[in-house]
Amino acid sequence: MSEVPVALPVLRKLERFEKEAGMLSWLASVDHKQIGILYLITALIFFIAGGVEALLMRTQLMFPENRFLLPDAYNQIFTMHGTTMIFLVVVPGLLGLMVYLVPLMIGARDMAFPRLNALAYWLYVIGGCLLYFSFFAHDAPAAGWFAYTPLSEKPYSNLQGMDYWALSLLVIGVGTVATGLNVIATVATMRVKGMSLRHLPLFTWMSLINSFLIVAAMPALNAALVMLLIDRQLHGNFFKPAAGGTPIYWQHVFWNFGHPEVYIMVLPAFGIISEVIPVFSRKVIYGYAVVAGSTVAIALLSFGVWAHHMFAVGMGHFLDMIFAASSMLIAVPTGIKIFNWIATMWGGAIRFTTSMWFAVAFLIMFTIGGLSGVMFAVVPIDWQLTDTYFVVAHMHYVLFGGTAFAVFAGIYYWFPKFTGRMLSETLGKWHFWLTFIGLNLTFMVQHNLGILGMPRRVFTYPNIHSWNVLNFISTMGAYVLGISVIVFLWNVIRSRRHGALAGPDPWDAWTLEWATSSPPPVHNFNYVPPVRSARPLWDLKHPENPDWQRGRRTPHHAR
Amino acid sequence: MPAEFIHHKNRVLILAFIFSESIFFAFLITAFVLYHGRSPNGPNAHNTLDPLKTGMYSIILWASSLTMWLSEKSMMNFRMDRCKRWLEATMILGGIFLIGQGFEYHGMFAKGISIGTDLFATTFFSTTGFHGLHVFIGLIVLLIMRGLTSAGFGQEEYQREGFIAASYYWHFVDAIWVAVFFILYVWGTR
Repeated sequence: MSEVPVALPVLRKLERFEKEAGMLSWLASVDHKQIGILYLITALIFFIAGGVEALLMRTQLMFPENRFLLPDAYNQIFTMHGTTMIFLVVVPGLLGLMVYLVPLMIGARDMAFPRLNALAYWLYVIGGCLLYFSFFAHDAPAAGWFAYTPLSEKPYSNLQGMDYWALSLLVIGVGTVATGLNVIATVATMRVKGMSLRHLPLFTWMSLINSFLIVAAMPALNAALVMLLIDRQLHGNFFKPAAGGTPIYWQHVFWNFGHPEVYIMVLPAFGIISEVIPVFSRKVIYGYAVVAGSTVAIALLSFGVWAHHMFAVGMGHFLDMIFAASSMLIAVPTGIKIFNWIATMWGGAIRFTTSMWFAVAFLIMFTIGGLSGVMFAVVPIDWQLTDTYFVVAHMHYVLFGGTAFAVFAGIYYWFPKFTGRMLSETLGKWHFWLTFIGLNLTFMVQHNLGILGMPRRVFTYPNIHSWNVLNFISTMGAYVLGISVIVFLWNVIRSRRHGALAGPDPWDAWTLEWATSSPPPVHNFNYVPPVRSARPLWDLKHPENPDWQRGRRTPHHAR
Repeated sequence: MPAEFIHHKNRVLILAFIFSESIFFAFLITAFVLYHGRSPNGPNAHNTLDPLKTGMYSIILWASSLTMWLSEKSMMNFRMDRCKRWLEATMILGGIFLIGQGFEYHGMFAKGISIGTDLFATTFFSTTGFHGLHVFIGLIVLLIMRGLTSAGFGQEEYQREGFIAASYYWHFVDAIWVAVFFILYVWGTR
């Protein structure tokens, strides 16, 4: 396909198809771009639902001994908030970016299996509806997002909420595995001529490694859910101590999924940052091979750290030490990447677009979340702080300050490609600063609350002056975050219609998705430029100094 | 893109899928191993499982991998008649295995053993049940392949790649049974 334009009659046919496709095409589409957009919109809807749940919780916690939410409702809402944000927002949102961008970045017409792609998306929708239907069945799940047994077993969670939870995640899990398989097959077999693995854009590299993590980690969750359902529905005994079963086995299986899941939620974010920072620093990424290679190291190590979620279980010193060491080790390849990104910016001609603001803030916020993560790898600190607000602060710095900031950076970066129009930079700056201030107001003080001993997942707290003040600040921060989301929504809705026209390549970027029109035609490319390096568009624009001649500067005869 | 390359997508997908499914089974089998010996009074592997009888059915299932391989080989040599016959043989062997599993379950149900009876029953029925489900799905896949071969499927490169992918899946189902049989029936009853 490379260097060969699409045959003219085929092109006419595709153009007619595109013109005649109406709104109904969104339901029936197997086009990776439409499915990617559907993923993003659905994830946004669930993001609003999960955000409302968060605001309900923070409103309850604004004052001590508040009676805004009663304990049962509070338990359901924190469970739904966690489950929604992880399984219905972050992962599908990242999958949306992956299925939209990966085929474009490798110069392909579509995913390797377009219908499988559509199936996976609709499984996600069905799973999400199944989870939220539990509210209408009068009992949402209330055992927390990791649903520890025996709490999630029949005697303690007697109503149907847990069954909805398990079925929903099973349905979504199958879809997620399907997409992971699809991305692997796509990157493995659909790359345009000349695009060797050393020329893959880093977002695609991260998506590929991420897909391997999905394929290896999701079956652990599926196995755990199946066992839980057998216990609940068929009176099985997997996690029932009375029959000799071990509730701890749930924790092992779940975290065998759960810790790689943490990286499933952050690797594509690393990919976004690795695209955004070089383009807005006008420099090639510092240490391309190291960024890709350290991610492989993260992926492998992520399967050896699961039990650091279980230090309080009492596994014994030997196992505690091993998992503490492996957890500290995994911080090394992650830290390496932070330095790669900083070195990329160093000496660059930085353009501070909204996207770049989010990317730079990502570096700081994610580092804070990463450092509190390393603290948790130290067993005594974990014993002191586990199940306190310190954990809540840590994971929100990683997931909100990390992944969400990267996704916002990616949305501001690729929105012109998705829609053909630019997002407003003015509203974007408002969005950025409100998010940045809101995040730090909400979660920075939760570190202190955790150290002061406030437990998470308890619907209220006694009247202690320091706790009152910190909780009030945290709730105000949450409201600021709420406003920031409204600004973002307004920006998206308004710019979709009235934004400045983007043109094919508004950022003067270097990867293949910018080589086609915005939004791309249904067949993606009329013409794929030749790929001889990781920055094919740079080579096209700068024939005097192409990347593929780097390192060959000293010809043999000159030596 | 180069045509000879893209057709491997079926193989890549099915191999990654097999990797994923293996991990799923690993956790179910681990549960059996973890809970082995924790059902001293109720039904357990010693007093319930019959490695000899199930061993016979196992050999039938493993033989189906051989017939599947012969079927695939025939297709690669464009001998479609042979391909169909070996495919049918594979389906019959797989079907006999499932019937054998049905008899085994029926015998246990008749003794009042069901999935909730004790830890052995829970882990046994979960592991073998999910394996049986996979065999059943494999049979459906083979049935589709049989129908397609009657409609002239198998001449084109991409069609043969699809057939190879189906064959990989069938071999995987048989290979998982190696682990299940030797851990549940041989190690479990030793």
